[in-house]
Amino acid sequence: MSAPASSPETAGSDAAGPVLTARQIVHRRRLDGLGRGWREFRGNTPGVLGLVVLSVFALIAVFAPLLADPEGLKVTQAPGGVLEAPSSQFWLGTDENGRSVVTLLIFGSRISLFVGLLATTISIVIGTLVGLTSGFFEGWPARVLFRMTEWFLVVPFLPLALVLATVLGRSLWNISLVIGITSWSGTALLIRSQTLSIKERPYLERARALGAGRWHQMTRHVLPNVMPMVFANTTLMVAVAILAETTLSFLGLGDPTRVSWGSMLDGAFSVGAMTTRSWWYIIPPGVCVVFVVLSFTLIGQALEEIVNPRLRTRR
Amino acid sequence: MTTLATPPGGAAEGAGGGDGEPDDPGEDGDAAGSPSSAGGGRSGYGGYGRFVGGKVLGSLGSLLFVLVVNFFLFRVLPGDPARTLGRGRFRTEEQLNAFRSQYGLDQPLFTQFFTYLKNTAQGDLGVSLRYRVPVSDLILDRLGTTLLIVGTSTVLATTLGVYLGVVSAWNRRSLVDRATTSSTLTLYSMPEWWLGLIFIATVGVGMGFFPGVFPTGGLHSTDVAPGFVNGVLDTAWHLVLPVLTLTLAYLAEYALVMRSSLLDEMGEDYLVTARAKGLRDVDVRRRHAVRNAILPTTTLAAINIGFVVSGAITVEYVFSVPGLGLLAQEALSIPDYWVLQGTFLVASAAVIVANLATNLLYGALDPRVRT
Repeated sequence: MSAPASSPETAGSDAAGPVLTARQIVHRRRLDGLGRGWREFRGNTPGVLGLVVLSVFALIAVFAPLLADPEGLKVTQAPGGVLEAPSSQFWLGTDENGRSVVTLLIFGSRISLFVGLLATTISIVIGTLVGLTSGFFEGWPARVLFRMTEWFLVVPFLPLALVLATVLGRSLWNISLVIGITSWSGTALLIRSQTLSIKERPYLERARALGAGRWHQMTRHVLPNVMPMVFANTTLMVAVAILAETTLSFLGLGDPTRVSWGSMLDGAFSVGAMTTRSWWYIIPPGVCVVFVVLSFTLIGQALEEIVNPRLRTRR
Repeated sequence: MTTLATPPGGAAEGAGGGDGEPDDPGEDGDAAGSPSSAGGGRSGYGGYGRFVGGKVLGSLGSLLFVLVVNFFLFRVLPGDPARTLGRGRFRTEEQLNAFRSQYGLDQPLFTQFFTYLKNTAQGDLGVSLRYRVPVSDLILDRLGTTLLIVGTSTVLATTLGVYLGVVSAWNRRSLVDRATTSSTLTLYSMPEWWLGLIFIATVGVGMGFFPGVFPTGGLHSTDVAPGFVNGVLDTAWHLVLPVLTLTLAYLAEYALVMRSSLLDEMGEDYLVTARAKGLRDVDVRRRHAVRNAILPTTTLAAINIGFVVSGAITVEYVFSVPGLGLLAQEALSIPDYWVLQGTFLVASAAVIVANLATNLLYGALDPRVRT
């Protein structure tokens, strides 16, 4: 579904039947491409498995208030005792405040997924803009952008994230912003190299000869061609972002008013759940993180293989 | 000889996840400044000199940008820095003024920046708000422990990871491959400190079948018998779990990268030639395939050495090992800005230097990357 599927080089040849406008042809061909991609994806067992697991977590996150009472999140209304072992009332025991771990897990999925998606959006938007600009344009602004990309690629993530998070303060938006700002460079580099190669293709030369402006070239030709790659990259990025959210929350840099899987583990570590043998407070949040991150990774790898068939050798 | 080196740019892209991709030495960005060298055609010794110069300048630029970020990030703090940094400890105007002049906050921003550059160049990174000692002393003091942990884990993880990657690629789609790939992918999707928590709960404290054997944190026991050997053994015993955790965390990446780069090699003609010559399978693997496929892993290892500080933060926190990582983590709650600034500087400098060293080494080994 990359270049050959959506490039207008072969336009017109399959325009039998009713006369379609160029845009309609392109639209139809993109839909075909998507259909083909989906059929390929279905053939990728790990990817489908990831999609199923992820859908379950997404449903849990969306319907969280139906699955558990939000009142159960309030420390003052905690129904159980401190670090109670699992029982028929509390399937996975209670935390240090007497709240049900199951309730925390259900509502934690919302924050982890939300921050993961928001951070990814920020990161992908910055990465795509910087990558497109530094690849498409020439001259010093492009060179400066490329240098910046290289810099962010080199600078170690966690120390920079710690510094940023300390300066910005602790909230849901800030933690997403911190992850987004520190993780866009890989995307930018990928988009840049794609843009550089697309820019030299004959159909873009044709577009330029027909008088297409830079904006038209970027939005109508370059962007649609890099989009599949961005899409695959996004999925892998969510995995990274969720891991980053968990780690930052564990270090106490998450939003202190909300429960995420990372902040649960922070709580577990702070009260010494390891020494009290409260496995129900340590194992489940981590398992949830692993499931979701692994799902995103598997889906992302499947998408990457569709976009870049050369990668299929690694299976 | 069929030891054609893989162009490092091409082979590195098969790396498993989305983060921390190594800085490809074959990147084209530096070519822009020197169009004449391509026409010259002679890539002799002078070519390498120019290459070194460009890379060193680039690294210095990165380092300068780290300093700029470091300086200005802490100046954009909302509110008066004297009040924020003093954490409300200063009541009177005189105390505030004294604090301002102590840290040079009463100077113009430009002057402050140059003072900051000068101090950093002289190794003065400020004084820790928590410990009341120079940050550079603290960092030097903690560096050894971190290097020990991360160094040991890197060596173990590279060896084991490369081995696992080779075995699973060579026996592709076998049971071994499936088991290795799925377990490394799972490890890759796991926060490494969570693994540490589980180790503490199981083999540290003891849970279920697991007896509590290993110490749960720190570097020394209080009841250790006197003597140098006993002390070393005791510390080594304390380091088992942190090193194991970090090794498993790193291992996944090495195994995945090694597997995919070896798979890339396996379709190549020279392997068919080697087999046709009648070489044993082991020799084809060891002397031909692995030798070409190991390059991306080497890059990864070289760059990961630079990520010393960042890798250690969470694991040192979990196991309360007094290294650089724990220093940074402790600084968060105060927040001890100077310590954070200092550790960030050291962490970034380490990566930049490691990157530079890798690039220069590549340039010396493979003339093609000296574009």
